[in-house]
Amino acid sequence: MKYMMFVCSDTEPDTDTADYPDIEVWVAERDAAGQRLQGMALAPTSAATTVRVRNGELLVSDGPFTETKEIIVGFDLLECADLDEAIEVARAHPMARGGRLEIRPVADFEQ
Amino acid sequence: MTGPGRRHPADAAVAEAAAEAYTRIVAALIRITGDWTLAEDCAQEALAQALSRWPESGVPDNPGGWLMAVARNRALDQLRRASVERRKLRELAVLALTAATGGPAPEEGEDVVDDRLRLIFTCCHPALAMEARVALTLRTICAVPTRDVARAFLVSESAMTRRLTRAKTKIADARIPYRVPGGPALAERLPGVLAVLYLLFTTGYDADGEPAFAAEAIRLARLLAGLVPGEGEPRALLALFLLQNSRRDARRDAGGDLVPLDRQDRTRWDRAAIAEAAGLLRDLRHTGPYVLQARIAASHASGDADWPAVAHLYDRLAALQPNPVVELNRAVAHGYAYGPRAGLAVLAAARSGGALDGYPLALAAEADLTARAGDRTRAAGLFREAAARTHSEAERRALLARADEIT
Repeated sequence: MKYMMFVCSDTEPDTDTADYPDIEVWVAERDAAGQRLQGMALAPTSAATTVRVRNGELLVSDGPFTETKEIIVGFDLLECADLDEAIEVARAHPMARGGRLEIRPVADFEQ
Repeated sequence: MTGPGRRHPADAAVAEAAAEAYTRIVAALIRITGDWTLAEDCAQEALAQALSRWPESGVPDNPGGWLMAVARNRALDQLRRASVERRKLRELAVLALTAATGGPAPEEGEDVVDDRLRLIFTCCHPALAMEARVALTLRTICAVPTRDVARAFLVSESAMTRRLTRAKTKIADARIPYRVPGGPALAERLPGVLAVLYLLFTTGYDADGEPAFAAEAIRLARLLAGLVPGEGEPRALLALFLLQNSRRDARRDAGGDLVPLDRQDRTRWDRAAIAEAAGLLRDLRHTGPYVLQARIAASHASGDADWPAVAHLYDRLAALQPNPVVELNRAVAHGYAYGPRAGLAVLAAARSGGALDGYPLALAAEADLTARAGDRTRAAGLFREAAARTHSEAERRALLARADEIT
């Protein structure tokens, strides 16, 4: 089962002062376990461009399509047996504490 | 319950066996087929067949096994028609009929988990909204008709049907596992399950609630306590439910008005339930929030509360689980243990954050402490303000009666 994990910032990060888990270790361990298929950090939203086509006209504008304080800063594509496994993978990510993670299953149109 | 119990009130034992079998049947069919709706439909149909046949043919020796066989055959028929994979069909075909009645204990092993426990943990999964968890628990585990669940949550039947469908779709789409979490995850997930049962109980026990839900919460707490005997909190929760529920008949007078604890007719308390709760708490070594709450409730149920002990239990509960409602109860306990001014001091500290502003029970507690401290005029005003803010008609009448009493 594939899950897309959106890595997001959060205005209220963890107040626990314990050391954050190392992202390099997280990536290496999840890759070795076959739980992470792909993933990247994204450039800041100041580099984002929104594209639409309406009635044949191309509309290009500066910035992300929603102005929110919580923004997507990266993503990881996970391969997990079920949601509980995906939750365990997410909880070990440093941004579970520094921000928030949204896990969404990839749609299965075969079912 | 929609079980046979409703039509055969005389035979409570059969109704109970059927209710218990229902949960086992649904839980086993979901595990094998993965289809929640199919599982519920087949179990419901088995119950309906029992209703139509048992009055004439008599109740079979093994009612649970009978129901399981009917539900299983029904599921097999439907799946064969849908030409489902052979593996599921084979599993269904060999589904032991003893599964519906408990049967001989399976050999010890990691994989032997009661299907009902899987069902409870899946219905109460934290990835589902709290209201969806309670609704799923009532509908799928307790077989409460959707219209009754809808009424308790003040929504239309069609809205509740959509909510249940959405929850089942999420379970399938996000692949929420049908599994009891293992190792440390069990302790981590258990409080969430207990919170669902607690909400279920209060929905039933509230002044204007559905009494049947309280009974279902007790049945599930008993089941859970039996299935995870190593954990203290489920046992304590069951004890807490039994203690609160033991006063169900005494808390209203003939006119339906609420009677405060200290004025209740104690001969109407359910002594058997209180004794069972005392037995559950006796050897409990754990200290969790429900253990502390159950010990507090046990002290009240003794009819002669040891207030300094209760105040101390609330101090520990407040340290473990700091929240305004616990602080409010702590203030009341300190008021009885060390005098109304001590109680008012704790209450003032609890209210400083503003979380209790306009909360009718906080106003009622302040009114009571103020009256006992001697300022009856101010107390009466506070009782009236609390009455104006409560949503419960029975509570409103009780609060106005207190105001009239002291003026």
